[in-house]
Amino acid sequence: MKKLLSLVLFITMTSVIYAGGYRVSVQGQRAIAMGHTGVAVVNSAELVFFNPAGLVYLENKLNVSVGASGIFTDVIYQNEEFGTSFETDNSVGTPLNLYASYKVNDWMSVGLGVYTPYGSEVTWPTDWSGSHLVNNIDLAAIFVQPTVSFKLSDHFSIGGGPIYVTGSVNFNRNLNRTLSDIDGNRANVTIDDSGVNNWGWTIGAMFNPVENLRVGFNYRSEIILEAEGGDATFTNVPNSPAVPFANGSTNFNAELPLPAELTVGLSYEYKKWLFAFDYNRQYWDVYESLDIDFTNTPTGPDSVNPRNYKNSSVYRFGLQYQATEKITLRAGYYRDETPVQPGFFAPETPRNDSDGFSGGLSFAVTPKLAIDASFFYLRFDEVDASYDSYLENGQSVPFGGTYKSSAFAPGLGLTYKM
Amino acid sequence: MIKNIKYLAVLALGLVACEPEFDNPIEESATITSGEADFSNYVALGNSLTAGFADGALYITGQENSFPNILSKQLALVGGGEFTQPLMADNAGGFSNDPVTFPTRFVLAFDAEGNPGPARYTGAAPSTDFTVNLGSSFNNMGVPGAKSYHLAAPGYGNAAGVAVGLANPYFARFASSPDATVIADAIAQNPTFFSLWIGNNDILGYATSGGVGEDHNVTNNLDPTTYGGDDITNNNVFASVYNDLIGALTANGAKGVVLNLPDVTSLPFFTTVPNNALVLDEATAASLTGFFQAVVGIVTAQVAGTGAPLAQAQALASQYAFTFNAGPNRFLIKTEVTTTNPLGVRQMTEEELLLLTIDQAALAQGYGSVVLTPEVLQVLGILQAGGTPTAEQGALVIAAISGIEDADALDAQELMAISTARDSFNATIAGLAAANELAFYDVASDLAQAANGGIPFDGGVITSQFVTGGGFSLDGVHPTPRAHALVTNGIISAIQDTYGANIPTVNPGEFGTVTLSNEVN
Repeated sequence: MKKLLSLVLFITMTSVIYAGGYRVSVQGQRAIAMGHTGVAVVNSAELVFFNPAGLVYLENKLNVSVGASGIFTDVIYQNEEFGTSFETDNSVGTPLNLYASYKVNDWMSVGLGVYTPYGSEVTWPTDWSGSHLVNNIDLAAIFVQPTVSFKLSDHFSIGGGPIYVTGSVNFNRNLNRTLSDIDGNRANVTIDDSGVNNWGWTIGAMFNPVENLRVGFNYRSEIILEAEGGDATFTNVPNSPAVPFANGSTNFNAELPLPAELTVGLSYEYKKWLFAFDYNRQYWDVYESLDIDFTNTPTGPDSVNPRNYKNSSVYRFGLQYQATEKITLRAGYYRDETPVQPGFFAPETPRNDSDGFSGGLSFAVTPKLAIDASFFYLRFDEVDASYDSYLENGQSVPFGGTYKSSAFAPGLGLTYKM
Repeated sequence: MIKNIKYLAVLALGLVACEPEFDNPIEESATITSGEADFSNYVALGNSLTAGFADGALYITGQENSFPNILSKQLALVGGGEFTQPLMADNAGGFSNDPVTFPTRFVLAFDAEGNPGPARYTGAAPSTDFTVNLGSSFNNMGVPGAKSYHLAAPGYGNAAGVAVGLANPYFARFASSPDATVIADAIAQNPTFFSLWIGNNDILGYATSGGVGEDHNVTNNLDPTTYGGDDITNNNVFASVYNDLIGALTANGAKGVVLNLPDVTSLPFFTTVPNNALVLDEATAASLTGFFQAVVGIVTAQVAGTGAPLAQAQALASQYAFTFNAGPNRFLIKTEVTTTNPLGVRQMTEEELLLLTIDQAALAQGYGSVVLTPEVLQVLGILQAGGTPTAEQGALVIAAISGIEDADALDAQELMAISTARDSFNATIAGLAAANELAFYDVASDLAQAANGGIPFDGGVITSQFVTGGGFSLDGVHPTPRAHALVTNGIISAIQDTYGANIPTVNPGEFGTVTLSNEVN
């Protein structure tokens, strides 16, 4: 079991995509198929993530949901003035989720979830024209969340639990637009840290005012990942006292916020149909600046990168249809607003407003075991955007162009109930 | 199973359909066009500027950042083909078989006090052997050191002639045969488009040698095979050679761009050491003024001693009554010894220039004014006390005057020779460009702008200031990669005007300037 868990952790570690800032909405196969709705849907153990309060309304004693998606992301960039064009070469992300709940008695359930709501993997061609901002980034955060849920009445329940987060980051960029060694190799730095841990919490409530209608609320706290003493490796720095860095390793400190998220929503059941709506509010304004301090330099942060994200909203709609005894069909749509403000469009999270389209089905192999399949396609508008806060000798040097992104993710999962 | 295959096909289709695609991808842009020109085979002709020579040497990254190579990447968007260059073997520069004449490049080094200055790179020894012929011609036919007439000179690429100064080691590396000419090797490649930037060295050698060479507009020598490296090419020779080059290049209908010649005297090589760098405090200024009053007395006595009337002797000697003030003063410069200037020295005029290579330590020791030894000071003491020095003592004082050597400066006459030749050469270039309907880039005016206020780019301003200006490499003559980017944009603009092409420019801010390194022993 321990081995299995570490395997799961390992796989999730390598499984990330960029999205919603670096929010990745792939926290359950059934939910994904329904536009990632679920705060008011009582369906499976995926509730551990979507709304712990709902666990207590699950009919079965034991509920287990596991799932994985393969995420294919691609970003293209071009600048018509300079005739440049570049495309990312991101590896396929395979985020994994694991949820379980157990009904202790009629009024209390306990649960456990392992999931990866934040992450980003963007790999631009090395030394591309935005390489002074990013060559590649790989950011991952695994959430482990024990949960308890209480039924206060048939109409109302609450739930919640602590969240343990372990994160990792690997980020490479060139030191500036031109610095190179004698052979013209661009000077760059890689920062790398893992096992960056912290705690947070989540709380939810569910209200069932009438039969067939549920209203849900969930709040997940902000968690700041503080990397201290991570490895910073400088490469191709020219041998000169005029450069404040030398080739080799030093340490760095940096902070990355995983913002709080509030979700309210409802679901309505009508015969074989279920309709769900979720509203997410993501409190991205905590992400003001990405500051990196190399510890071998005397004072203050050495790299200040303003982000000035704003709070953003996601509107999610999901539909479920019980087609046959064994087959359940699902579809969904969501509108995801970007937290990135004009002039702060950094190519390490090249993210503008997007429309998500999803679908999927469940096939009940036995009454206890179902196979869940899902896909989603995230469609981004083509956007002319720039990052204006890069400074050269105190002067702003904007980096901009036209970006277009897409993400496509087919997924498979199993739901077991007993 | 068949059903499954169908699903797989749908899935694969879905994946492909999800690839992002721009509404107007650059690769398929209808507005980016070559116009009337055909860039499929671009050949660049010229000298060190075309070759990518910088920091006093030719090395790989300099070649990669040469304007023809940068331009070829933009031309690739409008049908341009592969662009090959005779890359050197390393980034140290210089030739392994003659590292004295062809040393490694300059890098910007910092001394123990943190003062930056150019120094020869010693991190690696030159590893390029100019007797090794690369065995083919290249799109970049730029040959460092070439003058206009060299492009048509047989034997210019004969490695055996390098040691005796009859051939060019850079051309020897890729000349198709020992008696090949640059122009014939270029034409043999059947270029559809060419750039020609030649003539700079027809003036520059004279200028960087401080004008010690011959001005063949004065000698009227029309035989370039007799010219020395430091000479100014005769205007008619230049016009004739240039006309032949253009004729050969356009014979098969190729289109091209030609560049004119910037004012060499605005290069940092001539503007970095000011002619008034003799900075004095009040006491030293007064003592120097007093020194030359003594000189006037000594010269008056000498001239009067030859039997001339005293008034005439005084008038002649008074030209040496140089006065010095606290602050900057202009240096003294050597001139011809004549009956009207028996000491052969005068003060520099405002427009006259000193070379970057002048011995700055010597300047600090009195070169350009007076080298005051204890013996000289003793004589001055005698004079101040009202005594009369002996003839020997007088000669000692006169000998202490240390005017700038001709080879360290460009005087007014030399400057005139340079500008006369340049004006004539540029008239030839502009005239032949117009007559042959070629694109013409007035790079001279852009360089004047860099020297006179600067050229803005997204990260600041590019100027001709030595080391810090961003426009010139550490030899003070050749451009940096960033300046090559500016030249590229100027050429693109000229091509657009002449041929109706529309080609994206490059961003100079993405190109570097001087290279830092403390591997200088």
